[in-house]
Amino acid sequence: MTQGDEQHGGDRFPPTRRSVIEAARSIDSEERERALEALCAAYWKPVYKYIRLRWNRPADAAQDLTQGFFMELLERELLDRFDPKKSRLRTYLRLCVDSFVMNEDKAGRRLKRGGNVLHVALDFPGAEEELGAAVMDPAAIPSPESLEEFFEKEWVRSLFALAVEELRELCLAKERERTFLLFEAYDLDGNERISYEQLAQEYGIPLTDVTNALAWARREFRRIALERLREICGSEEEFQREARAAFGWEAK
Amino acid sequence: MKFLSDRALDRLRDGAEIPDLAGTPYRLLERVARGGMGVVYTAEDEKLQRRVALKILDVPGRESDLAKRLLREARVLARLEHPGIVPVHDVGTLADGRVFYAMKFVEGLRLDRYIASVNSIPDRLRLFLRICDAVGFAHAHGVLHRDLKPANVMVGPFGEVLVMDWGLAKILREGMLRSGQEVDPEATIFESLKSPVAAGGVTGISEVTEHGTVMGTPGYMSPEQARGDVQQIDARSDIFSLGALLRFLLTGKPGQISAAASPRIEKSLAAICAKATTAAAAERYPAVQELALDVSRYLDGLAVAAHRESIIEKTVRFYRRYRFFILLIAAYLVMRVLILLFMHR
Repeated sequence: MTQGDEQHGGDRFPPTRRSVIEAARSIDSEERERALEALCAAYWKPVYKYIRLRWNRPADAAQDLTQGFFMELLERELLDRFDPKKSRLRTYLRLCVDSFVMNEDKAGRRLKRGGNVLHVALDFPGAEEELGAAVMDPAAIPSPESLEEFFEKEWVRSLFALAVEELRELCLAKERERTFLLFEAYDLDGNERISYEQLAQEYGIPLTDVTNALAWARREFRRIALERLREICGSEEEFQREARAAFGWEAK
Repeated sequence: MKFLSDRALDRLRDGAEIPDLAGTPYRLLERVARGGMGVVYTAEDEKLQRRVALKILDVPGRESDLAKRLLREARVLARLEHPGIVPVHDVGTLADGRVFYAMKFVEGLRLDRYIASVNSIPDRLRLFLRICDAVGFAHAHGVLHRDLKPANVMVGPFGEVLVMDWGLAKILREGMLRSGQEVDPEATIFESLKSPVAAGGVTGISEVTEHGTVMGTPGYMSPEQARGDVQQIDARSDIFSLGALLRFLLTGKPGQISAAASPRIEKSLAAICAKATTAAAAERYPAVQELALDVSRYLDGLAVAAHRESIIEKTVRFYRRYRFFILLIAAYLVMRVLILLFMHR
C-alpha cells in the first residue's frame, strides 16, 4: 500500500511486536528466553490439558512433562526447525508435544524439571480445575479424533485469557476500572439476560457511557489479542490465517 | 487469570468483529454479509447523508495479501465506470488497522434469488445480456472478473443489474493501475492475450511470478482456473463462467443440460451454453460480445452461430419468427379460395 492511502481513523494500530520465532533464533540468550516465555505464556495451558487428555497422564506427571517440554523447546532449539511455510506453529508444537511424550516414555524418564528456569507462573491447580469442569460435562470430553480441535480451542482460550488479563491491567493503569467491570459483567460472565440498561442502572451511569465503555473495551481487547497473536506467529501469512481461525472469521 | 467459558469466547469474538469507525464519516448500521475477505456492513455517510456499503477486512494490517487485494479491488472498481458495476466512493484504513472501502449501497436481490420471480426465458436472457454488457465493458478495459456466479450478481428494484465482488479480478492491462502501486501478485500476471477482445490494446506487458492458486467457484470456474493454470486464464475463462451462469438462468443449475432433464430448453440455447463452456478455451466464444450476440440472435428469432440447424428446425424457427405474417398470408389465401369457390357456385 502506498503512503498516500487515506488514514481515516488516525493510526491507533500499533507497530507489531517481534515474532517469537525470530526472537528464538536470536544469538542473544536473553532474547531467546524472552521468546520462550511469550510462547510458554500462550501455550502452557493447552499443552498441559492436551497431555492430560491425549496421553492420559496424571496431574503430577503432566505438570512435569509440560515443564519439560518447554525446556526441551529451548535446549534443543526446536523453534529453529519450524518453517512457517510448511505448517502452523500451533500444529508444529502439538506434534512436538506428541514426539516429546513418546520419547520420554521410551527413555522411561521422569525427572523433575523446570524449577526456576521457566519464569512464567504456571498455575497448574487452576488448569486442573478448568479441566475438571470440562471433564464433568460429558459433552466437553474430546474424542481422540477431535483432540486437534480441542488443542486449538484451548489455545484460543489461553490467548483470549491473556488478552483479557492485559486489558484488565490496562484499565487499572488508565483508571478505567469501571470499564473493565462492565466488560466483565457483559462479555465474560456469560449472563445472557443482562442488558446495557441494567448495567447503567446498577452503576448509576447513563446508557451511552455503558455503550462507549464496552465499545472501547472490545476494541482494546481485539487490539491486544491480535498483538499477542502476531507475536506468536512465524509470518504475516500465518498471523492472518491464525487470526481468522482464533476469531472464527472463517467459519461464520 | 480468569477462566473464559465457551460462551465468553463467543461473546468476545462477536464483540471483536465490530469495526471501529471513529474518525470516519460513517455510522455503522447493520451487518449485511460475510465474504471470503471480510464483512460487508451498511453505514450512514453522515457528511453526504446517504447510505453506503462498507467492505471491511477482518484482520488489521495494510501489508497483508488480503489488504492489497481489497485495495486493488477498490481501485479496479473505481476505474470501471459502468451502470452494471458497483461504484466505489472511498477507500482507507480504520483506526483499528482494518482496510476498508465504501461503495454504493445496492438494494436488491442476488440473481439466484431474483430469478425465482422471473419465469419467462426471454426475460431471463435479457437479464443475462445486461450481465454480459458489464463483463464485456470490464474486458474492454483489461479486467477479468474470474468469479462470475449468481451470488455475485445483484438485481435492483428497477431491474438494474450489478456485477459485484471483483476481489478475484485479474488485471490484463498494465495501464489499469498507476505504475508504482502495489497489487496482488496473484492478479498481476500480465500476459500475452489470446482473446481478441483485449488483444488490441495491450501495452507494456510483463511477466510476474505466478502463484498458481486455484481461485473461483466450482461449477462456474473454467477448467484452466480449476487447474490453477494462471497462464491460460483470459477473457474466455469469464466466458466459461458466463456460459455456466446462462445455464443456471435456464435450468437453475450450472451443469450440463441434458435433454431429459430440461426438455424446455431449445437446442440453440443449449448449444450456446455448450459452446461457452467447452473445456478447450479455443473452442469457446472468443469474446463476451459474441456470446451476447448469439443470445440476442436467439431472442430475435435468428439462427445462432453455436448451432447448425436442420431443415425442420429452420422451418420451425422461420415460422415462429414470421408467425404473424405467415398466418396473415394464410388467412388471406384461405379467404381468396373461399371467395373463388363462392363465386364459381
